[in-house]
Amino acid sequence: MTITNTNKSRKKSKTNSRRRSRKKSVILSLTGIFVGFLFIFPYVTMLSTALKPKSDITDIPPSYLPQSYEWINFIKVFQELPFGMYMRNTLIISIATMIIGIIVAVPAAYYVARNNFRLRMPFLLLVLITQMFSPTSLLIGIYRELSALNMINTYQGLILVNVSFNLAFSVWILSSFFKTIPVEIEEAAYIDGASRFQTFRKISLPLAVPGIVTTAIFTFIAAWNEYVVAYTLASSPEKQPFSVGLSLLIGYYEIKWNYLFAGSLIAIIPIIILFITIEKYLVGGLTAGSVK
Amino acid sequence: MSTKVFKKGSSFRSLPWIGPASLLIFIFVLWPVVELFLVSFREISISGLIKGWAGFENYRALLDNDDLGGTLRRTAIWLVVVVALTMALSLPLAQLMNANFRGRRFLRYSVIVPWAASLVITATSWKWLLDPYYGIVTRILVDLRIVEESFDVLGDPRSAFVALLAVGITVSLPFTSYVLLAGLQAIPNEIKEASLVDGAGAWKGYWAITFPLLRPAFLVAAVINSVYVFNSFPIIWVMTRGGPAYETDTTTTFAYKVAFRDQDIGQSASLAVGNFFVILIFILLFLKLSKWKELDQR
Repeated sequence: MTITNTNKSRKKSKTNSRRRSRKKSVILSLTGIFVGFLFIFPYVTMLSTALKPKSDITDIPPSYLPQSYEWINFIKVFQELPFGMYMRNTLIISIATMIIGIIVAVPAAYYVARNNFRLRMPFLLLVLITQMFSPTSLLIGIYRELSALNMINTYQGLILVNVSFNLAFSVWILSSFFKTIPVEIEEAAYIDGASRFQTFRKISLPLAVPGIVTTAIFTFIAAWNEYVVAYTLASSPEKQPFSVGLSLLIGYYEIKWNYLFAGSLIAIIPIIILFITIEKYLVGGLTAGSVK
Repeated sequence: MSTKVFKKGSSFRSLPWIGPASLLIFIFVLWPVVELFLVSFREISISGLIKGWAGFENYRALLDNDDLGGTLRRTAIWLVVVVALTMALSLPLAQLMNANFRGRRFLRYSVIVPWAASLVITATSWKWLLDPYYGIVTRILVDLRIVEESFDVLGDPRSAFVALLAVGITVSLPFTSYVLLAGLQAIPNEIKEASLVDGAGAWKGYWAITFPLLRPAFLVAAVINSVYVFNSFPIIWVMTRGGPAYETDTTTTFAYKVAFRDQDIGQSASLAVGNFFVILIFILLFLKLSKWKELDQR
């Protein structure tokens, strides 16, 4: 009697706990989706503003949703604002930063991952310290140096500063990729008579392609979003990336917010997608391997 | 490292490999540091020409600047409040991101958005959202009857600074909660389950077992976040330009105004030197926390 009783109550508590866990997971889902929405809220309103026709923009108070959806704004932004020029500048700077960054970082990362040499520790320390410096704190130094080098208001100046400040992340991520490649594979090639450079080029480099792609994407994004250096150095609109251009447009009397936000969304959506593809490696790279 | 492909090489042999990277860092990161220090002791004309040594004149001008005190106080508040609230909020957020539920991917991707998006654009959208006439946030506040009528959030120093702090926190949360998420994922499931089963209760179990294991990730995230927050420029610059007047400036925006608006490069450089030493403290902290030497051992 007592046994069946406890059995019954156990069964009951089991269905109870199952019901409770289902309820718990619904609450979790609702919380998670709500919190997620809070994070994207500004960007969602950007979208709704970008789709508003001109007449809606000046409504006081603003309407929550557009009266009509003007998808054409995403094309008109290229006529209404100098957005095409800004995008061209951003692309030139970001792509060049990415390519030079990879060319410079890959050999350094490989050598550090595979060799023990006297300058190894000083070099790693240099890289790590660079990671903590931001151009913001050194702006006057950068400005005066680039004036001396005649690189104010040039693509080269912006590209080289971007490359240098992103090297830390690149070297760190890449060398951790090179280290996952078994040394034995390289030793075999080396014994077979391949030179050091051949081993690197024919064996290690192809195996490190995922790491190189990750690093390239990260450097591209960092250069794409860079603001303070370009804001200080790129004085003419012909050289300004979109981050600087758009921020200066806010200052004008008649702000075309719908076009401004259509342009902004064009500038951030591809970047968010790229960012998600490298998310797995970001934490390790940004904390210089101290987490993960 | 028992087996090595190559013998312990001379420094000379390493140069073709690490030379270009080192050179770029020396020229574009370390030279600006040296230049900054030099300029802070120079007398400089408005056109940027060096007139001669100034001794500590620039530092004295900085200390005499009436707006320095408020700026330093706000910088301290900015740093402490943003970092403390970010870290406090990212613990439950990371826990939520790690939990198993429908919609988890939506949450994780949504949290990435403010991290990936250009800070200038995020700040611009907040400036628009908080606009007294056209802003949605002010309309929501009125519709929910939290405030009676729309007001200029960014026009008043106090409410503007609170808004800046809030935006600062939302853009800091992605990085810190992803670092903590990585830390949580590294904790074996058995340990997490054990902390619940022992009857200690979820809350107690968390602080007794999970959090201590998370502490290294927590500290690293806090230190790196502090540097980001201390150096932060676009949010304040785009939303308020440090204004009204100098009332929402931190040292970074203040240094920018002194250098490029007031054209006093020397005085601004002396402030930047001060900023440099603050960052140096964080670097030393980070070196202590990080396991950078492990790169040698593995």
